[in-house]
Amino acid sequence: MKQRLVVIGAGMASGRVLEHLTDAAPDAFNITLFNAEPRGNYNRIMLSPVLSGEKTYEEIVTHDDAWYAARGIACRFGEKVAKIDREMKVVEGQNGHVPYDKLVIATGSNPFMIPLPGHDLEGVFAYRDLEDTIQMMGMGPDNKVVVIGGGLLGLEAAAGMAAHGVDVTVVHIMGHLMERQLDEAAGYLLKKSLEDKGIRICLQANSKEILGKDGKVRALLLDDGTELPCDLLVMAVGIRPNTALAQEAGLATGRGIHVDDQMLTSDPDVFAVGECVEHDGAVFGLVAPLYDQAKVAAQALLGEEAAFAQKTLSTKLKVTGCDLFSAGDFADGPGREDIVFRDPSRGVYKRLVIEEDRLVGAVLYGDTTDGSWFFGLIKDGTSVEEMRETLIFGPAYQGGDTADPLSAVAALPHEAEICGCNGVCKGDIVEAINAGAGDLGAVRTTTKASASCGTCTGLVEQVLQVTLGDAFQMPAAQPVCGCTDLTHEDVRRLIKGQELKSQAAVWQELGWMTPNGCHVCRPAINYYLLADWPLEYQDDPQSRFVNERKHANIQKDGTFSVVPRMWGGITTPDELRAIADAADKYDVPTVKVTGGQRIDLLGVKGEDLPAMWSDLNKAGLVSGHAYSKGLRTVKTCVGTDHCRFGTQDSTGLGIKLERILWGSWTPHKLKLAVSGCPRNCAEATCKDIGVVCVESGYQISIGGAAGMDVKETELLCQIPTEDEAIEVVMAVTQAYREGGKYLDRLYKWLGKVGMDWVKVQVVDDLENRAALVARFELSQNIYRKDPWAEHVKEKAQTYAPIADFTLEAAE
Amino acid sequence: MSWIDIGHIDEVPLRGARLVKTHIGCIAVFRTAEVEVYAATNSCPHKGGPLSEGIVHGQSVTCPLHNWVFDLNTGEAQGADDGRITIYPVRIVNDRILLDDSAVTRRSAA
Ligand SMILES: Cc1cc2nc3c(=O)[nH]c(=O)nc-3n(C[C@H](O)[C@H](O)[C@H](O)COP(=O)(O)OP(=O)(O)OC[C@H]3O[C@@H](n4cnc5c(N)ncnc54)[C@H](O)[C@@H]3O)c2cc1C
Ligand code: SF4
Ligand code: FES
Repeated sequence: MKQRLVVIGAGMASGRVLEHLTDAAPDAFNITLFNAEPRGNYNRIMLSPVLSGEKTYEEIVTHDDAWYAARGIACRFGEKVAKIDREMKVVEGQNGHVPYDKLVIATGSNPFMIPLPGHDLEGVFAYRDLEDTIQMMGMGPDNKVVVIGGGLLGLEAAAGMAAHGVDVTVVHIMGHLMERQLDEAAGYLLKKSLEDKGIRICLQANSKEILGKDGKVRALLLDDGTELPCDLLVMAVGIRPNTALAQEAGLATGRGIHVDDQMLTSDPDVFAVGECVEHDGAVFGLVAPLYDQAKVAAQALLGEEAAFAQKTLSTKLKVTGCDLFSAGDFADGPGREDIVFRDPSRGVYKRLVIEEDRLVGAVLYGDTTDGSWFFGLIKDGTSVEEMRETLIFGPAYQGGDTADPLSAVAALPHEAEICGCNGVCKGDIVEAINAGAGDLGAVRTTTKASASCGTCTGLVEQVLQVTLGDAFQMPAAQPVCGCTDLTHEDVRRLIKGQELKSQAAVWQELGWMTPNGCHVCRPAINYYLLADWPLEYQDDPQSRFVNERKHANIQKDGTFSVVPRMWGGITTPDELRAIADAADKYDVPTVKVTGGQRIDLLGVKGEDLPAMWSDLNKAGLVSGHAYSKGLRTVKTCVGTDHCRFGTQDSTGLGIKLERILWGSWTPHKLKLAVSGCPRNCAEATCKDIGVVCVESGYQISIGGAAGMDVKETELLCQIPTEDEAIEVVMAVTQAYREGGKYLDRLYKWLGKVGMDWVKVQVVDDLENRAALVARFELSQNIYRKDPWAEHVKEKAQTYAPIADFTLEAAE
Repeated sequence: MSWIDIGHIDEVPLRGARLVKTHIGCIAVFRTAEVEVYAATNSCPHKGGPLSEGIVHGQSVTCPLHNWVFDLNTGEAQGADDGRITIYPVRIVNDRILLDDSAVTRRSAA
């Protein structure tokens, strides 16, 4: 008698099992096929093209009725299996029992639903089968859809619906899209091209609640209070192997149904294949390994020898116009190296990861033609030692050219502004060069570009070089660091000119040579982005020096020092008591008065910082930013309040200035002082910005220093009213923020742009002064807040160890 | 080798580090990419700088005190500096960080 085979699930894995089996031994089994979906096998991965309208359902059916009939397979579609009785060897369907000799479980997986409040509302669903696809296809240009999950599936769903003109927003919790397969640079490029398709992408977005009306979904609410209205909400955040039946039948399961190399479960008559299984600790979410499993299972059923082995996988996104490829492994392992190639003008990015002369991982974006070649190298473990130099250029390329450092400038459009001071765009400069201006001087006189503050000089020279080629000799310029050939000035200009608003954008568009910069460029880029795009850019603590990341000064023994702010040098007995209490409570070994009129608590343990801040906060004290490349102190004398010489309220002005400027990040530290008369007790003339009060008003001078260099300030202006004095100080600060090179103190910036230029910008040109003040205010409405309080609230746990094994009893 | 679960990958900031305290000193667990971690001694061979406070870039960390750079794969100091940090086996399984337990337990005198 023929053996009876029952198969549960008509999915991609079991479809292959049946093919192999009936091809090899058409008469070996009497087969019954159950499927919960009311249809037979179709190519699930082609649902995305069906959704986008590039294919129809009929085109993706892999096995039709005739196929099953020809092989004598009894189909029970639309019938869910409720139970497996292993003792009786029967499968219980909704419409009756079927006995088996051999059983194959291929129940796939269940999409994971985040248990957010409201997840059971109508219109909230996952993306798994034809029914889901049909629901999404019902959406049109009048509808709004939110997709939670920026992985493969979520993005295909989003792109598919966007193709019908639907207003789609993708909400993703991580910092870049498809983080499992892509690195940040590729994720950035993908985001850009999806946004070009009209899809809105919210990164680092935490979903809080799904809002409904009359039982139907209405909007998604994020942690930060944003409400995204929608008619449908698609969750595409992951899958869980569907093990319920197997588990209930008492088969060994972990994350999936346990199988051995022959796809046999813990029961010698029950096999399992597909997404529902767990093999050697791994579960599966792509079809390639499932096809291998299917073949092995078919052979095992026929008593042939075969064994399933896990292989390296590659990923592609089925979204037209987004060419990406990723394969292999980017995870930890000793001795790994990167090769990175970027061509910003073509939007191409390639990264190869090499370990011991073998390729172990590859990410390609924009140009994926060499993907399968790289994939082959990864799978075969070919030694790449010989071709290392040219590997990244692919199989066709041997020897020659390297990436052109000028390509960033070459790629700029004609209307891109090069010289901000004089509003000169690239086109004007190219035109002048073509008309005969052959060097920097000539370009300056004809176009005025680089004739004012001069920070764009490097860019103008590059335009000269791009336009004239070898006819122009480039003066050597200092690049930011080994990760790029561009100077600080170029990077600043290009960030503005190309509207680069994230670090990944800077790395990609400006052709960074490392995956994510280094300790030299990252803090600089972080500062430039934050200064230029205060509203759009999210500060990155991991690109800050420890002092700024932890909001305390690191000392040579790894302890920290804590300095509370004392506005204008004024304090109260209550504040002093709070400081003294904190010093006692946290065993502070040294309490010191600083040169900037504040109290420094030295020798605090890193873990104690949040608790100590919380105590100081309670007494009204906030961080003194004594660690920051930002405003430190405004030192003051006592002025008219107590001093017999005082001409103005110097303390009052100092406090006002500090309250306005505090929290502002600047290229380097910024120190101010206000003295009440020319006796200058606050030593205002050796500060970055100093104000000396006189009978007739306020003398503002800038560019002093008393550090590695000792410098006296130069007079910027004398101004009659306090309000105007404050405005001038704000405007100078903003001009320095916008133009200064990272880690240049104000006097160095002044040396480059010249006092005359600054005078025009902040004293003479009132309109410009007002604009500078407005831009400063704009950034300050974000940064004028106490980092101590924020960290106590949100990040306190990160100051403590992640694990502590010293607490365990010693053996 | 046996592995100890020390926490979820999301508890370590991307391109940041967290400390593990052990009887034999502090170990820094670095996260260099979304799903990539390394573990090393927290103490810089130069003057004992706390490496967990350094800037993490590529698969390296820069000591916060005097900018020595260490490759986290090999532990070797990069460039002109000479020295190395001890590296410990660490892996990620199901988003949990697993540290080789010989790193945290007292070793026999050797
Ligand atoms: C939209 C989409 C796009 C994808 N794109 C890709 C891609 O580009 N590349 C790639 O490699 N992979 C892709 N995948 C993943 C791929 O489709 C799956 O890995 C594959 O389909 C899994 O095959 P399977 O046979 O294990 O499960 P499935 O194909 O899910 O089949 C399982 C079947 O079992 C049925 N079933 C479950 N429980 C029972 C029960 N109790 N009784 C009866 N029947 C039951 C289910 O109804 C289902 O039909 C995509 C997936 C989706 C949803
Ligand atoms: S600077 Fe002038 S006003 Fe201020 S304390 Fe000295 S003498 Fe008095
Ligand atoms: S202590 Fe690490 S570099 Fe000096």
